[in-house]
Amino acid sequence: MTHSGMPHRLGDEPAPDGAGDAPEAPPWRPPWPRRDGHRLPLRTRMAMRIGGAVAWLSQALQMGQGAMIGGRLMLALDPGALRRLSQGRLTVLVTGTNGKTTTTAMLAAALSELGEVASNSSGANMPGGLVTALAQSPEAPLAVLEVDEGYFPSVAATVRPGVAVLLNLSRDQIDRVGEVSRTERAIRDALHTLDGVTAVVNCDDALMTSAARDVAHPVWVSVGSTWQETAARCPRCGQPVTTDAAGDGAGWGCACGFESPRPQWTLDGTEIITPEGGRVPLELRLPGRVNARNAAMAVAAAVTLGVPVDAAVSRVGSLAEVAGRYRTVRLGTHRVRLLLAKNPAGWAETLDLLAGSRDPVVIAVNAREADGRDTSWLWDVPFERLRGRSVVASGERATDLAVRLTYADVPHVRLPEPWWAVEMLRPGHVDLVANYTAFRELVIRC
Amino acid sequence: MSQPSRVRVALVLPELLGTYGDRGNATVLVQRLRWRSIDAEMIEVSGDTPVPADCDIYVIGGGEDIAQLAAVRWLQAHPGLQQAVGRGAVVLAVCAGFQILGTSFAGTDGAMHSGLGLFDAITRPLSRRAIGEIVVEPAPGLGIRSLTGFENHGGATQLGPGAAPLGRVVTGIGNGFDGAEGVVQGRIVGTYLHGPVLARNPDLADLLLTWATGRTLDPLSLEETETLRQERLQHARAR
Repeated sequence: MTHSGMPHRLGDEPAPDGAGDAPEAPPWRPPWPRRDGHRLPLRTRMAMRIGGAVAWLSQALQMGQGAMIGGRLMLALDPGALRRLSQGRLTVLVTGTNGKTTTTAMLAAALSELGEVASNSSGANMPGGLVTALAQSPEAPLAVLEVDEGYFPSVAATVRPGVAVLLNLSRDQIDRVGEVSRTERAIRDALHTLDGVTAVVNCDDALMTSAARDVAHPVWVSVGSTWQETAARCPRCGQPVTTDAAGDGAGWGCACGFESPRPQWTLDGTEIITPEGGRVPLELRLPGRVNARNAAMAVAAAVTLGVPVDAAVSRVGSLAEVAGRYRTVRLGTHRVRLLLAKNPAGWAETLDLLAGSRDPVVIAVNAREADGRDTSWLWDVPFERLRGRSVVASGERATDLAVRLTYADVPHVRLPEPWWAVEMLRPGHVDLVANYTAFRELVIRC
Repeated sequence: MSQPSRVRVALVLPELLGTYGDRGNATVLVQRLRWRSIDAEMIEVSGDTPVPADCDIYVIGGGEDIAQLAAVRWLQAHPGLQQAVGRGAVVLAVCAGFQILGTSFAGTDGAMHSGLGLFDAITRPLSRRAIGEIVVEPAPGLGIRSLTGFENHGGATQLGPGAAPLGRVVTGIGNGFDGAEGVVQGRIVGTYLHGPVLARNPDLADLLLTWATGRTLDPLSLEETETLRQERLQHARAR
């Protein structure tokens, strides 16, 4: 290992980025404040008890994972529960279109080096899910919360995070979340009201860079990017953004002067380059480049919060599955790897991951509210890359997917029930890729 | 129009007007020609080259509000599309693309902007954004079956005397004026339907191809596209 032994922490020293905008010390530093659960008002404690009981019941009756319903009930009984439950902790909010759940799990694992961490590891990322996660660990001094990008502004205003981890923005569920440029603007405005917040930002994403451009303490992380389409235009002026010759998304600029900042952290292949210039190999159990990117973001955030870089890398690397994703389950004569892909950017990563094998693929697509009701996004996924494999179109919107595959010249069969689809394939390994609610049903039933 | 040896389908500014999967319309047109053994080619017209004037069909999609203004400025500065329309090219314009081809439209800034003037239509803001499944009964003269799609827009489009609606809204909002949806003016079609509209509605795809090639096309019925039509119509009836 060639990296320098000194971990980089905000507060220890200015980042050696040479750009003249070195972050100053944030107002908090370890050791973290201990929480005193008894200070919570009776109303919040009662709401926690009742919400917890309902969540347990929901889970016991196999109605779901319980996080949503229990948390929603808690918020109904005590609308101030989210604010009160987050008080006195150092809270990290993780947001973006893709990679939230994995990055949150990685960061929570790394931060457990410092103490107990409350985290919504199941991916329930709206206020109800956050309240549930906080109520389950009332004494934890640290909280790492994944937040739906549309909810980030209201959640940030309520929990006043010390750190925001900003991953990427691309279109997803336009019928619910709205247009990406509006989301960027809303996150930018929310960060503006958080004095002294530290933002750990993927600076190869022009939209997130725009959102975080003016925060007090930026930590820029270059992780590369494969999905440039939505960000091909400058978020500040609408002109085309140009990338440098490397073409890996590292380094971009616009004629208006808005350009990528100089990164403190850089992901280079499977190594992460620290602010001191040390190279640390990432040895991840989770597959694919996408998870190297998630890991780089998590390590940068963890080290910023005071975790030694070796410990952060080691804890992040040991994760083998996240909320059921990447997990391989046995079904009769089949070994089924469960993957989540719910928008064009996520599918770009998933197709890269699938390119390594010729195994059959079952794709399950739903279009419920949490998925987005519009299935048009399927036409922005280059499913042509699946030619030559056995493909089954599945899920509640199997027919929409089947039409897309037909026009992509990908032979397939159509079977709305994903597990039946697996059973009709030849024995062996199968990749099962599902979007959000389709995936949730798979996980509940296996 | 004479029968072209190779049909050229231009996908106009997909990086600006490609937010809602509308590139699929170009994919559908090209494939439906190839499956009938007619040579076809898709040409992506991006913002770093002038718009070619010699394509047979132009497909323009929906996009975000800020992108819509950038797109109309580019198309006004490089009038290949307008020249092509002048010599009879076929155009399908969806959502934001539909709005900017009209005489004027409202931008996010609240101001009215000049469109390309290819349709006699003015778009102002809708009081409440229209989001959801939509079913349209097409104008009888078009000779096509009911259309389905997914609309997601904040524009109310009023047609002038020079334009006719694509159809009448059965469920959904459409143009937001007089129960009309979309526009047909000469060989130019505008609509709010995503899905993409030509993937959901093969009849409309073949109508555009008939106009562009000037020939009667062989029938091409795909079981899955028919099933999808039935599913979406059933879904709309059930609500």
